[in-house]
Amino acid sequence: MTNLNRRRFLSIATTLTGGIGILFSAIPFISSFQPSKKAKALAVAVKVNLSKLEPGSIIKVIWRGQPVWILHRSKEMIENLQDSKVDLRDPNSELSVQPVFAKNAYRSLKPRYFIVEGICTHLGCAPIEKLALAPADMGPDWQGGFYCPCHGSKFDLSGRVYTGVPAPANLRIPPHRYEDENTVIIGETEDAENV
Amino acid sequence: MSNGQNQDQSMFSNAILKWIDDRFPLSSLIREHATEYYASKNFNIWYIFGVLSLVVLVIQLVTGIFLTMSYKPSAKEAFDSVEYIMRSVEWGWLIRYMHSTGSSFFFIVVYLHMFRAMLYGSYKKPRELVWIVGMLIYFCLIAEAFFGYLLPWGNMSYWAAQVIVNLFSAIPFIGETLTEWIRGDYYISDITLNRFFAFHVIAVPLAIIALVFAHILALHHVGSNNPDGIEIKNYKDEQGKPIDGVAFHPYHTSKDLVWITVFLILFFAAVFFAPEMGGFFLEADNFEPANPLQTPEHIVPPWYLTPYYAILRAIPNKLLGVIFLASSVLFFVFLPWLDKCKVKSIRYRGWQYKLALSCFAISFVVLGYLGTQPATGIYVVLARLFTIVYFLFFLMMPFYTRFEKTKQVPERVVYKK
Repeated sequence: MTNLNRRRFLSIATTLTGGIGILFSAIPFISSFQPSKKAKALAVAVKVNLSKLEPGSIIKVIWRGQPVWILHRSKEMIENLQDSKVDLRDPNSELSVQPVFAKNAYRSLKPRYFIVEGICTHLGCAPIEKLALAPADMGPDWQGGFYCPCHGSKFDLSGRVYTGVPAPANLRIPPHRYEDENTVIIGETEDAENV
Repeated sequence: MSNGQNQDQSMFSNAILKWIDDRFPLSSLIREHATEYYASKNFNIWYIFGVLSLVVLVIQLVTGIFLTMSYKPSAKEAFDSVEYIMRSVEWGWLIRYMHSTGSSFFFIVVYLHMFRAMLYGSYKKPRELVWIVGMLIYFCLIAEAFFGYLLPWGNMSYWAAQVIVNLFSAIPFIGETLTEWIRGDYYISDITLNRFFAFHVIAVPLAIIALVFAHILALHHVGSNNPDGIEIKNYKDEQGKPIDGVAFHPYHTSKDLVWITVFLILFFAAVFFAPEMGGFFLEADNFEPANPLQTPEHIVPPWYLTPYYAILRAIPNKLLGVIFLASSVLFFVFLPWLDKCKVKSIRYRGWQYKLALSCFAISFVVLGYLGTQPATGIYVVLARLFTIVYFLFFLMMPFYTRFEKTKQVPERVVYKK
């Protein structure tokens, strides 16, 4: 009898030890899927000169392989944002990703420069800029903003998401800081804790 | 004289066969799975799609191996290497069109094969594991198609991968980390392409081949179903052979050969005359290289995934949309337990199941169409309506199948001479 018990104990112990061994040996394989050192090194900050960016125009740069838009908002655009006429899901950016300094109606450091990741928070398509007021294809109530062609999500000129569309959160604001008046560095902040 | 020669030859081949059989169970394998595997004599056209999916699997494996010889899995070279295959490699265009057309035909025959199982109750006891292994093959096929879709590195490839990978970002807490882990980068990059290539040419095909073996082993263990949904094993002759069965080889195989010929005519008609199939097999947007700044106007997955895509878009909430998408595929697995009716074949089932299955088939096709259209206005309303029909088929099944008024099932299979 004791022999049988002993055999059962040894079987369970061997299975458990072997199982734990297999689990641990999976770690290198699972970890190899993470971004490599090279991928991390290539994901560095980019420097953009804004002196030639006219009010009302937008440029697109690439940071970490993804589109980042820089929109020079005109006076009217900024005024429109203060008193939004549309229903927003997250008007105060409580549920959205942005540096602390961008948690305001402009979602930026300087109200005139709006710097945002051009990736829909729904499933990652690139939204299209529809900056004009009430264009024919967006209807008379359109206040200017961004429209995602994949699944119809809408965002205002601060990248804040409308209600009743599939995107769950506002467009993400990348960490950024100004080196001087007209030069912005995307991917870095003044203060590391800000990210 | 020639008789003596034949005798010598057959004695020689018998000696070789005996030598092998003493060392490897060749003859008994052939008997068990071909010459003495009995399947019902009343098979109809619905019973060819299993064999046809094996034919397409072979086409995909062979053409795939030859494509990897000229394809380069890097973001810099992938798009050009596909064009190189199309223009410079001798017969490269044929091999590539066979592979791209093959993926669509794979899903056509697999969907018909699955629908056959739903018509004749082939998922029911004792064939639950045949069905579940089959569903695992289907899931692997979806993964295989998804990984393969990125490889041409066209703009539709790129954004389809972006959208599908981002589905995982809907998972609370770990979503963002998980998508980064899948991509191996902060965006769909060279690294992502390289690992999707590994999945497409090694990992998933190995899994599919292993599962196909399990599927056939399980099937041959329990025996094939038939359009009457009755067990031919219940009536055996003195030698223990099912009276209503005929040997898989040579009887079913010779009949299959005719249908394989018909299938290949249709297949090569598509390969030669409509390899793009009006944008359904190969999309126009994919003839442009991947561009991370520009999403195509209408992102559409390949046609065989559009029903699920329409369901995803019908739900105006990201996490819920992903949950509905996943469950729309997963529900199939539970069919053997959702269906409470004892009668297998639709020939003897009540109006409830006939109606439900018809509604389901219609909603699957309509959702498939809606998934190719923009998600606006009436299309969204229709998608929501048919999503409800789709899910009611599964969710209500335990109720409507319990009260079905079935017809008398015959003892022996119905067979017209």
